[in-house]
Amino acid sequence: MIEFDHVSKHYPGGNEALTNLSLEIRHGELLVLAGHSGAGKSTLLKLIAALEAPTAGRVLVNGLDVGRMRRSQVPYLRRSLGLVMQEHRLLMDRTVFDNVMLPLTISSQPPSDAAKRVRVALERVGLAEFENAMPITLSGGEQQRVAIARAIVNRPSILIADEPTAHLDPAYAREIAALFRSFHAAGVTLILATHDDTLYSPYGARRVELAHGKLLS
Amino acid sequence: MSAHLIALRQALRRLGRKPVATLLSALVIAIALTLPALGYVLVDNVAGLANGISGKPEISVFLKNEVPPDRVKAIETSLRIDPAIAALRFVPRDVALKQLAARGGFADVTGALVDNPLPDAFVIEPRNDTPASFEALRKQIATFPEVAETQLDSEWVERLHAIVVLARSITLLLASLLGAALLIVTFNTIRLQLLTQRQEISVKLLLGATRNYVRRPFLYFGLLQGLLGGVLAWILVAALLQVIAPQIEALAQRYSIALNIGGPAPWQGAVLCAFAALLGWLGAGISVRRHLHDGLVID
Repeated sequence: MIEFDHVSKHYPGGNEALTNLSLEIRHGELLVLAGHSGAGKSTLLKLIAALEAPTAGRVLVNGLDVGRMRRSQVPYLRRSLGLVMQEHRLLMDRTVFDNVMLPLTISSQPPSDAAKRVRVALERVGLAEFENAMPITLSGGEQQRVAIARAIVNRPSILIADEPTAHLDPAYAREIAALFRSFHAAGVTLILATHDDTLYSPYGARRVELAHGKLLS
Repeated sequence: MSAHLIALRQALRRLGRKPVATLLSALVIAIALTLPALGYVLVDNVAGLANGISGKPEISVFLKNEVPPDRVKAIETSLRIDPAIAALRFVPRDVALKQLAARGGFADVTGALVDNPLPDAFVIEPRNDTPASFEALRKQIATFPEVAETQLDSEWVERLHAIVVLARSITLLLASLLGAALLIVTFNTIRLQLLTQRQEISVKLLLGATRNYVRRPFLYFGLLQGLLGGVLAWILVAALLQVIAPQIEALAQRYSIALNIGGPAPWQGAVLCAFAALLGWLGAGISVRRHLHDGLVID
């Protein structure tokens, strides 16, 4: 479970990204964060992955206060999460296989087992035949799917995605959204920030709207 | 262990990816190390020479005139059992005069003498080869009442020792300065690598890489680059010695000094390589600590 307990986040220069926000995300839930640009959606996701620390309040992930976590513990928290960013952040000088393999290499998985898991993840996102391709040769949608494969290869129980379909055309966006919904159906807690909540709302997602760092609904 | 192997493999891959740049960096390191290493080897050879021949200087002990032969014998016996004396030679005054006459140009002078003015003498070779021990022995011998004068031939040894000490200090200073250069070269190489790989680093941190996981390949890179520079420096020192050793030996021969310049011993080469690798590791470590987060975006 993820809990935001009276969380505020102020950036230097006076920008208040989140103000006294309290929110609970249950295990296995599909949560869609909606709101205008600058509403605080990305900040909220960053707080879960300890990419930012709250200025006030507590962020608990499975009972761990990530804001007060020792720096040496943060990598292990991130390994337990699947992160998909707006920019796919792929390594363009590595093959698709190597990109997806990266989280497993980082967590020192045995190579033979890791290779199998990479292939399963690529199959899951429909890119099994592209494992030797370089990301630059793939379309935007395919690149985002590689990023999703990389996020799920460690079999995370929580998947966080920040505007994963922002730069994709509607067809690709629907394809990616279907993929995320399938992960949720498999029991993964899914937290998505998106401008287009229609991709998820009809499928049992809880919609949470932010405006100017405050929870509206 | 596997994390270290992965890091080592990554470092080797980085070295191999740009062989010309790798070779150039290693050559810069090698050249920086060659000068002090060569200086060390040469000083080591000269120091060996100084140690080898410093036992040769002698103390000449001149007795007073008309010391009875039995007293001369007693003094000789007393000196022979002295543990500070390695060798002893008695030169009777007649023999001394003959030796003087035998030297070119002195025959006429000695022939014109009515009496032999030279005293009996002992020529003593001290066991210990330090200038301080020479002086102590000289003072001890001078306490015999029959001894008129003692002459210590150690000034040149002191000078040679002083030159060797100075040369060692200069070599050490050079090694420190050029070691710092190696550190800077590695520091800068790693800084540039960190800048060019900041996207990869940020992705790795995002995916749960520890700081050590990110640092390790750079540290191995620094170590391997330093090691490569050390090996090249060793080869350069050996090659340069092949060229200059005969010339130095020929020069020494002109001063009747049998100098045989030896190359760096395997253990010296190993120390050089280890020193270079350590400095490479250190330079990389400082650079990673300083620059790891420069321009890093992990959100």
